[in-house]
Amino acid sequence: MTLLIQASYLIAAVLFILGLKQMSSPVTARRGIVWAGAGMVLATLATFATPEILGSEQATTNIILIIIAIAIGGGYAWTSGKKVAMTDMPQMIAMYNGMGGGAAAAIAAVELLKATREAGHDLTGSATIGTTLGADVAILGILGAIIGTISFSGSIIAWAKLDGRMNRSRLLPSQHVVNAVLALVTLGFAVAIYFNADVSLIIVFFALALVLGIFITVPVGGADMPVIISLFNALTGLAVGFEGYVLGNAAMIVAGIVVGSAGSLLTQLMAKAMNRSVANVFFAGVGTGDSTAAGDGAAGVMKEIQAQDAGILMAYASQVIIIPGYGMAVAQAQHKIWELTQLLDEKGVKVKFAIHPVAGRMPGHMNVLLAEAGVPYDKIYDMEDINADFKNTTVALVIGANDVVNPSAKNDSSSPLFGMPILDAIKAENVIVIKRGRGAGFSGVENPLFFADNAKMLFGDGQKAAAELIQAVKEL
Amino acid sequence: MIEGLAAIYIFLLAGFTGFEIISRVPVILHTPLMSGSNFVHGIVLVGAMFALGIAETTTEQIIGFIAVLLGAGNAVGGYVVTERMLEMFKSSKKSAPAKSEDA
Repeated sequence: MTLLIQASYLIAAVLFILGLKQMSSPVTARRGIVWAGAGMVLATLATFATPEILGSEQATTNIILIIIAIAIGGGYAWTSGKKVAMTDMPQMIAMYNGMGGGAAAAIAAVELLKATREAGHDLTGSATIGTTLGADVAILGILGAIIGTISFSGSIIAWAKLDGRMNRSRLLPSQHVVNAVLALVTLGFAVAIYFNADVSLIIVFFALALVLGIFITVPVGGADMPVIISLFNALTGLAVGFEGYVLGNAAMIVAGIVVGSAGSLLTQLMAKAMNRSVANVFFAGVGTGDSTAAGDGAAGVMKEIQAQDAGILMAYASQVIIIPGYGMAVAQAQHKIWELTQLLDEKGVKVKFAIHPVAGRMPGHMNVLLAEAGVPYDKIYDMEDINADFKNTTVALVIGANDVVNPSAKNDSSSPLFGMPILDAIKAENVIVIKRGRGAGFSGVENPLFFADNAKMLFGDGQKAAAELIQAVKEL
Repeated sequence: MIEGLAAIYIFLLAGFTGFEIISRVPVILHTPLMSGSNFVHGIVLVGAMFALGIAETTTEQIIGFIAVLLGAGNAVGGYVVTERMLEMFKSSKKSAPAKSEDA
């Protein structure tokens, strides 16, 4: 029986890896998640047959409790996951990730409590967590506990901030110093747990780690949230891997560590795409509110254009590149934009979508939002693939995007955006910018593109403006 | 139990595997992939089931119960949102079937 269970875990681990591998191409991605899902079901079912569980003193009660917990936790996640809007995806991922971190921490808590109890049976009274569990298990178990707990409370803060339930970005004066001290104290308690067998130490330790997770996340600015979520995702993976070692469960080790390393790389890629280092995200920030450097104001006049003229310009264009930003999704204009694309297509205009790596609220989020509206992925181009194409483009239509097309990122070293890779919309023959008002972008930086000779502004709500464009093109 | 050197092998190889998988992913799939890897660490559910399954005291049962509850949330939620996202990716070359789920 044990062999059969181990084999199931092995198959599950292989399915996870193959599943993730298939998710790296849009053609096979769907199959990938199904494979990984099959692995999860297999591993879960196999666990019910574990001899230790079946042979435990309270086997019946515990198994019933397991089923109830799965029903409640799984049921909640199923319904919330089915109905969450695509725009709210980042915070939902944060939430589920936090649950995983919490689960890993709770496993560690059970193991530590159990070890404390066993150490108490030792007659010499010299037994500690370290000697009871063995050094390797104790160290990884405690590390997994810290990491999992931080990921748990941090992810919940990330969820609250992204969901608009929390706006504060600083709790205490010199938060970073407080965080550093708190981290050291928490590590001190971790060492203390190892060399003792004391329940109260364990309780304080978990409380400190919880607070630490909150304190780390609170100062992070909204724009940097995706990086933090990705980091917590990697951390949860690591915690799961460590607790897998504690339990001697190969599937947990493999899956956890794969996610830990994949997640770390993904975090770095995201930070790089946003022109930030991971350390930068934690310790300072554009968008945290304390940097209001507005760059040297771009001077000039914005030229307005009416929807009708914009429609004509696009209908007779040879190529149109649409640059969507999160503002488009907020205005729920993506369906209208897709309708406009189809209309232009019928008129023989080549339409492409250009996606900046950080468009949307996390890398790749914009692709999801466009896919939801029905835009096929082969019309969507990454920044590197399309930047050279702007010079052959009649109209670049910017909707709800701002900083990602700001040319000061390239040519103004005093701009806070300087160094960030941008989409070269300014090189198109005409640039039409759909924008609600005349204000600056998300980072509060003025955008010289709006004042450029070839740029024209179409003021109005994204959805309304798109509808007017459709109308204009249809009337031709 | 997996011990000593064997464990180090597993940790190392799993680490490289994760690195290898991500390094070739196009940006367009970053969000679904983060969500997908988020689902994969939902395997913590299995560990949580084990912890609750062998619990002896009431405290252990309570914490174990929380662990299973959270683990199941991670696994199920991670699957549902990833699947929803990936389902939407389609190519224009194949005839896109008209779907009328939510208007």
